[in-house]
Amino acid sequence: MTPTLQLFLIASAALFCIGLLAALSRRHAIFILIGIEIMLTAANLNFVAFWRFGPPTQQPTGVMVAIFAIAIAAAEAAVGLSLIIAVYRHYRTTNVDELDQLKG
Amino acid sequence: MNPWIVTNLWLIPAIPLAASLSILSFNNARRKTAAAIAIVGQIVALTMSILAFLPTLSAPGFRAGHNFIWFTFGEQALRLGWVLDPLTAAMLLMITFVSLCIFVFSIGYMAADKNFTRFFAYLSFFSAAMLGVVIANSLLLLFVCWELVGLASYLLIGFWIHKPSAAAAAKKAFITTRIGDLGFFLGLVWLYHGSGTLLFYDGGRGCLENAALLALGGSATSIALLIFCGAVGKSGQFPLHVWLPDAMEGPTPVSALIHAATMVAAGVFLVARVYPIFSLGAINDVTPSLTVVVWIGVVTGLMAALIAATQSDIKRILAYSTVSQLGLMMVSLGVGGVAAGIMHLLAHGFFKALLFLGSGSVIHGCHDEQDIRKMGGLRRLMPVTFITYAIGMMALSGVPLFFCGAWTKEEILHATSHWPKSQAPHYLIMLGVVLTAAYMTRQMIYVFFGNPRAASEHAHESPPVMTRPLVALGFCTIFLGVVLTPAWPWLHDYLNGETARFDLTRLIQPMLFVSLALVIAGIGLGVLMYRRVALQDRHRNVELDPLESAQPFLFRFLENKMWLDELYEESFILWSRTAARLSDWMDHYVWDGLVRGFGSLGQLFGIFTKGVDERAINAGVDESVGGARGLGRLMSAAHSGQIQTYLGAVAIGMVALLILYAWLA
Repeated sequence: MTPTLQLFLIASAALFCIGLLAALSRRHAIFILIGIEIMLTAANLNFVAFWRFGPPTQQPTGVMVAIFAIAIAAAEAAVGLSLIIAVYRHYRTTNVDELDQLKG
Repeated sequence: MNPWIVTNLWLIPAIPLAASLSILSFNNARRKTAAAIAIVGQIVALTMSILAFLPTLSAPGFRAGHNFIWFTFGEQALRLGWVLDPLTAAMLLMITFVSLCIFVFSIGYMAADKNFTRFFAYLSFFSAAMLGVVIANSLLLLFVCWELVGLASYLLIGFWIHKPSAAAAAKKAFITTRIGDLGFFLGLVWLYHGSGTLLFYDGGRGCLENAALLALGGSATSIALLIFCGAVGKSGQFPLHVWLPDAMEGPTPVSALIHAATMVAAGVFLVARVYPIFSLGAINDVTPSLTVVVWIGVVTGLMAALIAATQSDIKRILAYSTVSQLGLMMVSLGVGGVAAGIMHLLAHGFFKALLFLGSGSVIHGCHDEQDIRKMGGLRRLMPVTFITYAIGMMALSGVPLFFCGAWTKEEILHATSHWPKSQAPHYLIMLGVVLTAAYMTRQMIYVFFGNPRAASEHAHESPPVMTRPLVALGFCTIFLGVVLTPAWPWLHDYLNGETARFDLTRLIQPMLFVSLALVIAGIGLGVLMYRRVALQDRHRNVELDPLESAQPFLFRFLENKMWLDELYEESFILWSRTAARLSDWMDHYVWDGLVRGFGSLGQLFGIFTKGVDERAINAGVDESVGGARGLGRLMSAAHSGQIQTYLGAVAIGMVALLILYAWLA
């Protein structure tokens, strides 16, 4: 089976849906974070796929965007995790259902 | 070149004032310090007065002063200053010396009083204010000190404030003199308007010097009379004399100070000081204003002498005697005998202080009894007081040759006999002299002769601290009698700015025999009427005064001070009360009603706006606020705080966008 753009896009869409499902359905804050990371991965896959199957070019533009996104995602994950730890220390829980102090 | 003392003359009143202020800062327990400071202050003032006296002897009519600018407003500068002339120097000596004696006497008299320190502070203040009046070279400065004298008299007359009568007397003295002071102040303003200056002597530009006097012209009479109003109030002249007898409510040393050295002397001094205004445009030494002064003096002198003859309170007799003598001084000033009037004022200062302190000693010895009908026989029980009192009495009556009162009275009689306008004052004053001798004899007989009565049985001589000032004043009285002898009338000429010549023939003048005859008549009359009193039984009070049994109506008329107090009560005071009541009524019903009316208008408007606010404006605001609140509630329901709900909403939105995109494409 030869790799085509459609195949990558389908995989990417599947990855995104898995991530979204995880972010929406899990109650644990760390799983939500993981879900978000998965959605980010799907986006990265799209960048690389469109670069690989798009018009031929010398510059590795798609790869570079993906690498930047991964670096930012790492920073974002660090911030997210430290927020979770802070929240846990304060409320003794990471269950997002119970963290509803910002309600109107 | 002025001597040192001229530029530093202000120190004379300033030192007693400083003494007074420093005493006020003590507490009541430091009695000895307080008395010491007051007396030292007075001694310093006396020493400086002697220093000030010496240069005035150097030349006849010596006059030196020091003026300075107090403040400037616009182009005008208000200047004050002090002046040293024979009048000032003689008054300074008399005031400081008599005050000193009174201060020393007070140590004994007030020994038991719990407000001893306050008393000495006030005494010093009184003396300072009076010294200020004397040295002032500006009518304004004089007025300021004049009012301070009034304040001090108020504080001291009401010193025993717990006695309602003392409080009332203090108020009476203050308000009565204030009536006169109103006139004084108007005169002062008018004088400033007319002459442009209030300095007495200012190198030719002062208001008592020719240029300014000429500028005054015809208004001088009115100004003089207005200023005289102040003197009438302060010196207890008719019709404002009513405060003086009531002022006896104060402690006796205060009476002595008021009657001898300070307060009442101020009025006579004022007239003598501004005499050029009174005598401006005189024809034959007569001006309308001086004529008024003469007649007021005559009425006062005679009326007070008559009243004094019927009083039974030892101090009230002396008080009316003072009023009478002040009348005499005014007459003397009015007829042109300024020097004679001032000489009588100085001599009177000494012997009246002596008499008052003597009466204080008597009252002290008789355990605070003041009714002479309950005394008697004190001649043997209080010998020092008796002898000094007798000296004072003879000086006041005018016994010739050895007592100063005689010479000065003779001078006054002499001056009145030359008054061109009328001879009536001359004879009326003679009658006053007879009466004076008579009532003083009456008092002497009641108090010192005969047998002791109820209050004097256990009398005792006063302590040395009280008798020594009496002896000192007694000596001075006799000494003045020698100094004032007409054979060498240096004081008379000193005051007039002339040089005295020694002339023994002037000692024997017709007036001497006239006054001798008057005094003998007066004393004889007194002895004749009251000798029965001296012979009375020891344990009975006198039932009736001999005059009372002879002329009961006249006696009651005079004993009640001619019902002048009652007359004032029924007239001026009643009118002012009625006016006050009317104003109160107006205030209560008319003005108050108006104000209340405006107030209710405001209230009505308030009720109206309240209705508008509640019905119209509030309803609209409430409505819109309710809408906003409902919307807010709706919106806030969406904000559940559930992070996954938000995330889900974002996902649904994204899907919807995708579908929209797919459908449009």
